[in-house]
Amino acid sequence: MAVPKVMGIETEYGIISRGVEEHNPIFASSLLINSYVSPRLKRVRWDYEEETPLRDARGAFQRAGLDFLDDDGGLVSVILENGARYYVDHAHPEYSTPECSNARDLVIHDKAGERILAGSLATAARSLPSGVQILLYKNNSDGKGNSYGCHENYLMSRATPFSNIVSQLTPFLVTRQVYTGAGKVGSEGSGADKQVQYQLSQRADFFEVEVGLETTFKRPLINTRDEPHADPEKYRRLHVILGDANMSEISTFLKTGTTALVLSMIEDNFITSDLRIAGPVSAFQTISRDPTCKSRVLLSDGRTVTAVDLQWEYLDWAKKYLADQDVDGVTAEVVGRWEETLGALETDPMSLARQLDWVAKYRMIEAYQERKGLEWGDPKLSLIDLQYHDIRIDRGVYYKLVESGQMDTLVSEQEIADAVSEPPHDTRAYFRGKALSRFASQITAASWDAVIFDTGADALQKVPMMEPLKGTKATVGRLMESARDAADLVEQIRA
Amino acid sequence: MSEEQKRRRKTEQGSETEAEAPVKTERRNSDQVDKLITEIDEVLEENAEEFVRSYVQKGGQ
Repeated sequence: MAVPKVMGIETEYGIISRGVEEHNPIFASSLLINSYVSPRLKRVRWDYEEETPLRDARGAFQRAGLDFLDDDGGLVSVILENGARYYVDHAHPEYSTPECSNARDLVIHDKAGERILAGSLATAARSLPSGVQILLYKNNSDGKGNSYGCHENYLMSRATPFSNIVSQLTPFLVTRQVYTGAGKVGSEGSGADKQVQYQLSQRADFFEVEVGLETTFKRPLINTRDEPHADPEKYRRLHVILGDANMSEISTFLKTGTTALVLSMIEDNFITSDLRIAGPVSAFQTISRDPTCKSRVLLSDGRTVTAVDLQWEYLDWAKKYLADQDVDGVTAEVVGRWEETLGALETDPMSLARQLDWVAKYRMIEAYQERKGLEWGDPKLSLIDLQYHDIRIDRGVYYKLVESGQMDTLVSEQEIADAVSEPPHDTRAYFRGKALSRFASQITAASWDAVIFDTGADALQKVPMMEPLKGTKATVGRLMESARDAADLVEQIRA
Repeated sequence: MSEEQKRRRKTEQGSETEAEAPVKTERRNSDQVDKLITEIDEVLEENAEEFVRSYVQKGGQ
């Protein structure tokens, strides 16, 4: 039986300073975090002890790329009361949501991250000299061949052979962009093509190999980083690096909900047909560069299919998979929206302008172009592309669409506001977040899988959290509220 | 009935509903788009070319 799909999203935001002689992204990112986070949380260290980003899921401990990783040791990194991590990584501010048990909670926490970054912009602005401004974009490319990531993480069983993940997940990941793409004007990188006016994915221009450990160069469709942040005997954490950062709540919901479902099927060895694409790296790009969604790609078995065809096959498997299970409300909604979306993509992709990022942006840019009589290639269109991802509610084009009732949302603004300070209740993020909010002054360090307390005893007290579904409100909620101090908390946990 | 046929049937019904009042819907959409374009012009940087050129990021993950 598949393990519960505990999941999270980590987003690197694009950052730029205006009105300065030289933009220093690390300085600007640190300023944002430092001006937003309260001193009591800032003194709690991120514990790197358990981090092994170079461990490879294929077994070998690879040394390649050493110079590109782990360079953030000295940079700002804080843990928030909602259980999230907020830090500087690769010259970008990065936000990792707390662990969520389902796609809907993840949408809420992904949006809470946006609000936290937007709040940081507002607080940092107060300390900036007049004329100086920091801007943030939740996208994945600067349009000049530089990309930054939005990675998803899914808890998986250690028992699932990695080769099954590669063969059965790759076709799904390559084709899901028809609903997860954030849209992009033009193309870039080594395969740049002037003929490409618009494409579905922000990231497709940047992937070069099928499987690998790297994330910043020679990017692979399937990343092999083996860093479970949980019991390594039982679990792996699948690190999905090819997705776009989404503004649309529905795109994020579908992206994580469908992927979690496909991963469960892979764990349960349920998919018995061979869906492998011959040449998945080039297919990823071909599909991205066709907004009609009609391009066909060659499968290993000789068939040629569209991305939507292949998605139907995964959906049909999913429906069979769920047929004899008790299906929870979120999963049922994932399947329902998945089916509606594929139907609409097949007849008229533009009919999804209220739901999907790439369609909403495409429609907006086309309308703008038509009204103003602009050619493709006009910088104004690239500017609208960028401005779509501005996370300020009063400035971002995505938020203009929401505000004018032209974009559907999935969760309420109140739920998002709550998640800025409240962790999910049903994962270990609850323990991490509540421990921080109550006992920050007695915590020296924390990480995804441990909280280290200084209770005044001779030794520091480490509370390991190797099970992502333990430490929930149901099990420790009362204790988190009633403990007198950290010593009392640690003592009662161990009792 | 195969899955494929079911999907087709659903789609055909969908287009009939949409076709009910095309003129009215089009005008409303067009007004909405005009309003939105005005709002977008308000949030766009004045010098698009300069701004787009200056937006350069260090690569990340």
